[in-house]
Amino acid sequence: MKNFKRVLAMATAATMAVTAFAGCSSNNATSGEVGGSTSVAEGEKTIVIGGSGPLTGDAAQYGVGVKNAIQLAVDEVNAAGGVNGNKLKLVFEDDEADSGDKAVNAYNTLKDQGMQILLGTVTTGSCLAVVDKSKQDNIFQFTPSASAQDVIANDNCFQICFTDPNQGKASADYIADNKVATKIGVIYDSSDAYSSGIYNAFKTEAAAKGLELVSEQSFTKDSKTDFSAQIADCKNKGAELVFLPIYYQQASLILTQSKNAGFAPKFFGCDGLDGLTSIKNFDTSLAEGVMLLTPFAADSKDQATQDFVKAYKAAYNDETPNQFAADAYDGVKILAKLIESQNITGDMSASDICEKLKTGITAADFSYDGLTGTGMKWNANGEVSKSPKAVVIKDGNYAALDN
Amino acid sequence: MNNKTALAKTKMLKPQTKKSFTTYIMVTVVFVIMMILSSTGNVSSQIDGLLVPLCVYSILAVSLNLTVGILGELSLGQAGFMCVGAYASALFSIATKETILVEWVRFPLAILVGGIFAAIFGILIGIPVLRLNGDYLAIVTLAFGEIIKNVFAALYVGIDSKGLHIALNQADMNLEADGTEIIRGALGVKGVPNDSSFVVGFILLLITLIISYNYINSRTGRAVKAIRDNSIATESVGLNITKYKLITFALTAFLAGIAGALYSHNYSTLQASKFDYNLSILILVFVVLGGIGNIRGSVIAAIILTLIPELLRSINSYRMLIYSIVLIVMMILTSNEKARTFIVTNFGKLKGMVLKIFKRKDTAEKEVK
Repeated sequence: MKNFKRVLAMATAATMAVTAFAGCSSNNATSGEVGGSTSVAEGEKTIVIGGSGPLTGDAAQYGVGVKNAIQLAVDEVNAAGGVNGNKLKLVFEDDEADSGDKAVNAYNTLKDQGMQILLGTVTTGSCLAVVDKSKQDNIFQFTPSASAQDVIANDNCFQICFTDPNQGKASADYIADNKVATKIGVIYDSSDAYSSGIYNAFKTEAAAKGLELVSEQSFTKDSKTDFSAQIADCKNKGAELVFLPIYYQQASLILTQSKNAGFAPKFFGCDGLDGLTSIKNFDTSLAEGVMLLTPFAADSKDQATQDFVKAYKAAYNDETPNQFAADAYDGVKILAKLIESQNITGDMSASDICEKLKTGITAADFSYDGLTGTGMKWNANGEVSKSPKAVVIKDGNYAALDN
Repeated sequence: MNNKTALAKTKMLKPQTKKSFTTYIMVTVVFVIMMILSSTGNVSSQIDGLLVPLCVYSILAVSLNLTVGILGELSLGQAGFMCVGAYASALFSIATKETILVEWVRFPLAILVGGIFAAIFGILIGIPVLRLNGDYLAIVTLAFGEIIKNVFAALYVGIDSKGLHIALNQADMNLEADGTEIIRGALGVKGVPNDSSFVVGFILLLITLIISYNYINSRTGRAVKAIRDNSIATESVGLNITKYKLITFALTAFLAGIAGALYSHNYSTLQASKFDYNLSILILVFVVLGGIGNIRGSVIAAIILTLIPELLRSINSYRMLIYSIVLIVMMILTSNEKARTFIVTNFGKLKGMVLKIFKRKDTAEKEVK
């Protein structure tokens, strides 16, 4: 027993030593930036943009997409000589899409690395955990894809994507105004802030527009593989259209299982369904006719999108960027534009930058044409004004629906 | 003369007292060092932000060790009890934010509320399950953790002039115009006052340690250990097995609730998705790697295993890989007989060498003086 304890002590000491070394190396990499928000490289001013998103775990593909897109945009800006003589620098930390301490840890680490502007976080849960911290530090926060209304409750946080209530409302409006269907079933993830946020707004708007919700079925993070009960209920209640405010992985399962159950209603989704056609081992013919609201389609014909997709594919193993990546890319370009117009330099404190960016982004004459929308403008609430585009999947591609 | 009696007294200390006081002193020393470092501005915001979670995880690991190590039953629902404590205390704090203005009155009350609610759930679960022998507690607590998480993720609670509204859907809540939503389903709770601090966390951890050590060495604790070692023999001497099991399990739940309260008041938002199965398993990993029944080991394991992935952030994608390797290595080193003897012989030599070097230095310094 005594030996055992001795060994345990040794083992813990050894691991402690290992972590201590790791700690040292990270300190070296960021020495001079710890404890202050200014990080001035010699001879040249640098503005440090912090990014936070899941690089590991279930939602890793969103975080990786965003990280890649930000890096791409930052490199482009720097290659063009920077903004006002300032270079941009990206520091990105993994928050594992956690809704608590890990997200805050990632944020704190970014702060240690001299972050002056936060372009994150990617997921709503992490964002909610971080928003009050960034408010405390008065760091400008610009989230590419955290879409809940609560995210922008503080005046220092702005969204690039549209809010969940907006999407839910727009979906109900579209379905009602175009008379797509009147009897509607909903399958949503009650354990997910994004999904239930859209669902709540959809339900309210659907009631106002006279749509009949015949079946409201939920699932949770732990039961997202078998949807036969939800599908059977929608079928039995005679739903003509099934609204899916969920992510595409689950949607692909619902489509497959609906087909097996002999249930073929219309399907309608939000931006979470983007990516449906690129799932491996999924019969994409099932996705034919699925309608969705999305701000970005990778195979769109306009020049900016095509350039972005081409550059992204060239840089990252021929992967197709999703809308998260497009939002993040827009984010960097918007920031660059604001940094230029507000004369922001790298030696300003994060708080000063935040105030300048806030004035800049809400200015009446500021608008931005990007990949995910044209004429994007922001109000003081932090909401972006761009309208979701309705598309339908046709021959494996997105085709615009008349609005 | 005085010195001699004091010395004699320390020598007379019982081994368990010595053990517990060593742990208290270790924790206090770390606390004092961290406080000094942070007051002189030598702590990065990353480490600063980790201090409270470290206390939370340590408390969780110590409390789970009471059930797993001392009682010998497997519990997989520690995150569930933490969740109950977190939500109950957060609700209490938000509801009394305007009436109890003094933070140091409100926060201890909130912590107590969190602990008591978690303990109530512990007792409710324990009454039927702890009467059984076998792995049933593991099964039931696993289910409990999942149920609690999903209930809170689907729960909407609001308050208005007519009173409290509880619903499973935002629209069904029918709040009046003056109403405010407190729990909003998957979005969780917002606006929890930030009352937690490292000092509070340290005090709670110390209280947890004192409770645990004294409990283990008390009459009840000895009875519990007897049940673990041989329940039939224990029953035959006339001890009420269910009672002792229940007390231990309720204590575990209570302390987990306290940890939950500490956690929820450290962040302004609280979401149920955090309290999932993985968190329960993570805490169990702390207990197993720290040594089952070893309270000090639980604290050390909780601290190391929380720090490793954070300190390894500089190597990005490899950090999870390293983390799992560390887990495996620790497991092998602490369980494999051959690995143990290997280390004892080799590290024993190393230790001797290090000591020699230090001794030489000491004598050299003295000679210079």
